[in-house]
Amino acid sequence: MYRQARWDEPLIIDRSQPGKIGHLPMRPSEVEMNASGNVMKLVPSSLRRNGAPPLPEVSEPEVVRHFVRLSQENYSPDLGIYPLGSCTMKYNPKSSELAVQTAKLEKLHPEQDESTVQGILALMFHLERMLAEITGMSRMTLQPAAGAHGEYLGCLITRSFHRSKNELEKRTEMIVPDSAHGTNPASAAMAGFKVVVVPSNSEGMVDLEELANVAGPRTAGLMITNPNTLGIFERNILEIAKIIHKAGGLLYYDGANFNPLLGKVRPGDMGFDILHLNLHKTFATPHGGGGPGAGPVGVTRSLEKFLPVPIVEFDGKNYYYNYNVSDSVGKIRSFHGNTGILARAYAYILNLGADGLKMVAETAVLNTNYVLSKVLAKGQYQLPFAPQRKHEFVLSAKGLSNTTGIRAMDLAKRMLDRGVHAPTTYFPQIVDEALMVEVPETESLQDLDHFVDVLTSVFEEAQSDPETVKSAPHFTSVTRIDDVKASHPKTLTLHWHGASSTQKRVSQQEPIAQVNY
Amino acid sequence: MKMLEAIGVATIDELYSDIPREVLLNRPLKVDGFYPEQEVRSKIEQLLSKNKSAADYDMFLGAGIYNHYIPAAVKTIMARTEFQTSYTPYQPEISQGLLQALFEFESMIRDLTGVDAVNSSLYDGSTALGEAARMAVRVTSRYKILVPRSLHPDKLSVLRNYTEPVGIRIETFGIDDETGCLDLDDLKAKVNKETAAVLCEVPSFFGILDPNAVSVPSLCHEKGALSIIGFDPISLGGLKPPGDYGADIVVAEGQSISSEMNFGGPGLGIIGCKGDDLLRQMPGRLIGMTTTVDGKNRAFSMVLQTREQHIRREKATSNICTNEALLGIGAAAYLSLLGPRGLSQLFETILVKTNYAIKQLHELPGTLIPRFTGQHYQEFVVTLENPHHTIAKMNQDLLSAGIHGGKNLVNDFPELGQSSLMCVTETHSPEAIDKLRATMEKFVRS
Repeated sequence: MYRQARWDEPLIIDRSQPGKIGHLPMRPSEVEMNASGNVMKLVPSSLRRNGAPPLPEVSEPEVVRHFVRLSQENYSPDLGIYPLGSCTMKYNPKSSELAVQTAKLEKLHPEQDESTVQGILALMFHLERMLAEITGMSRMTLQPAAGAHGEYLGCLITRSFHRSKNELEKRTEMIVPDSAHGTNPASAAMAGFKVVVVPSNSEGMVDLEELANVAGPRTAGLMITNPNTLGIFERNILEIAKIIHKAGGLLYYDGANFNPLLGKVRPGDMGFDILHLNLHKTFATPHGGGGPGAGPVGVTRSLEKFLPVPIVEFDGKNYYYNYNVSDSVGKIRSFHGNTGILARAYAYILNLGADGLKMVAETAVLNTNYVLSKVLAKGQYQLPFAPQRKHEFVLSAKGLSNTTGIRAMDLAKRMLDRGVHAPTTYFPQIVDEALMVEVPETESLQDLDHFVDVLTSVFEEAQSDPETVKSAPHFTSVTRIDDVKASHPKTLTLHWHGASSTQKRVSQQEPIAQVNY
Repeated sequence: MKMLEAIGVATIDELYSDIPREVLLNRPLKVDGFYPEQEVRSKIEQLLSKNKSAADYDMFLGAGIYNHYIPAAVKTIMARTEFQTSYTPYQPEISQGLLQALFEFESMIRDLTGVDAVNSSLYDGSTALGEAARMAVRVTSRYKILVPRSLHPDKLSVLRNYTEPVGIRIETFGIDDETGCLDLDDLKAKVNKETAAVLCEVPSFFGILDPNAVSVPSLCHEKGALSIIGFDPISLGGLKPPGDYGADIVVAEGQSISSEMNFGGPGLGIIGCKGDDLLRQMPGRLIGMTTTVDGKNRAFSMVLQTREQHIRREKATSNICTNEALLGIGAAAYLSLLGPRGLSQLFETILVKTNYAIKQLHELPGTLIPRFTGQHYQEFVVTLENPHHTIAKMNQDLLSAGIHGGKNLVNDFPELGQSSLMCVTETHSPEAIDKLRATMEKFVRS
């Protein structure tokens, strides 16, 4: 039976006691103090802070215990299966972690002389080459910090491409399928494009006829993920590429769903011009509770000249920065990328090699289809669209919802009580009462069977004991959260001084004393 | 086999049968690998051993990424794999730890900066600036952003990339050639009814503690524009919160309060704002405090999600999804550990050491150190006045002596002549500074 830790941990500010300190920073030496004179005079009076900054006063053990307790109130892939669809929450190998824990990486400054960073430049150079080989692209940039950041860069490159042909003025539209990740239309809009949505056909794939209708002289490009968010491989991808290229647009591959294609299919061979990879998905670097990730972007040869600067080159002897990229978009972030993440991905590839990467893809697809078959055999959930799936599938709980009023979110909450993370809910929006499941390659058969049992028994329970499901979760650190209240203008609380007395209380049994400072 | 049977296929290849044959890769990938863990580790160790880090040579580079001491407890907390391996808390009931930690991060940065709300992170300081500019434009419906001439050129490039596609213009205003402070007359002449916002940074890119900065927000407000203040988190141990002198949006790079330099990434993009209008335009995740449905418990969850891409798609305030949350947790731990006294002390230490370094270098012949007469924190510009001397050559000499010299400014700021940007933090011993002086002296006398 699963029971999540429940510490009723107060806010760190409520642990504050005057005079405590958890870390004493270095003081300047007497020589330095004497040379500098009166410290107050070193700061213009108009810029001086009035008194000490308002922060909690706590000891080191208190800080560590506070955050370790909080960590115990947080489910993670190191605790169990995390089938959050489209997020590829695989286990993160610890060997990759160890590989980067060295001063030779951590204590490198990004502006150091090239001669002092030959090791990391070599790593980046080789990683770039390997990612280009894995995706079938000509060159990559490692700069983007995340998938959406890569998408935005892709849109900037698309703009530069059309500008170079004097067509930017008229190519104002970015096409995205209705099943696309939310980041695709958001990235396109951010880059100034009008978003044109192309609907899915009855099989859950891009409707070719509709696509041909919307593609034309105004088309800047198409952003698409393959397999799509339903887990279905867009098998008309070559026709799609043909339509977009004929219209004069570029084809962008959203690499969020690349895991099932590793070593099997390369976006470059499917006709894509630009892509991003999510190293925190496919290459097993940790998701950081929301980040950091890394979203390298790859391009075809003709688009290389638009890549951000610098790119890393090798002259046969030394690695060096190349700022001489003729039509570079410039920078999309400071410095060279999330290097700590890049190095982990490099370790992951070295560990697995070509066969290992291919096995990752195949095992992920096998695991997902196994869970899907077992669940469908029970005849509970509906599976809209064609049955063949890759790394993920989207179930619909619409039937259940219609007859019992129990919604996908209720089922998801009840799953938490069983010690698993829930699938992604209500996405993609083209499926009613959607539960989007992705079980990566790192899950054992026992874990998969347990998860199948969770999916199906929760469905049964919804019929036999609906109240328990509707009021779930019961065994997590807190019970069902009031999301409406959380965002309501009258009760919205974005900082600890804005808390009402009810919110301040950890629980009704145990009021926590407020400490004012 | 059991799994294949359950699916009803004979081979895994059948699961790929819907993929057109012409796109299937019919050869193994050409990648290095399939090494055991131990070998992977030694290969990477061997590769990285060629680097000379701040642990090998004294580090006088700053310019956005800083070599600070990160307390052991911060690393311990960030290494908790419950935080490290999880993702965005879409299911808040099972993710309270992450949510509370991020709520505490947001609260602490809010209190430090004097704004109303802070989000749970953007990619880095440069993209935070880009998002801030876009927020200001959406709120004011004006399309010009003013930035100081002293902005880091990379940040300027990022800002242009975040603004140009939607028709926002970036214009530069000057700094005083002698003091390094903002040229308020030039700024006044350029702020007009087209101006959405004005950026200034405290301390500036050149390390100037500019008293003129405090008058910029009111100057903006008079013309209906907004004020964006770029701050350095540690400096707020001793500097006035930007919100207190009128900043509408605050942005920062938070690497220095959460993690090692890591060759410049990951960073921690910090953004905060005042007022409801800007809040509704905020990009990224916001964590709020609420209660359970039964009202019995305090709880945390992501709030105002209708701003975000996963709900609002092309109408979202930003495309950001994955961010730098783990560094936000690190920053919360860091600020909790130092507390009011620790952060004030650290500010003072860096301030004193910076001034000590300036004093030590000031008398070097053939140089102008500091280049500007304004007061400095953490960074200062070194200018070589001898026409035979170049920064490139000096940095080579420093490197030979085991010193990473300052950032060469020659290409980006040609008006400063042969200049570099030196950085001093609490990690520098007086001996390291003396060694820098001795090496530079040898060079300038050559």
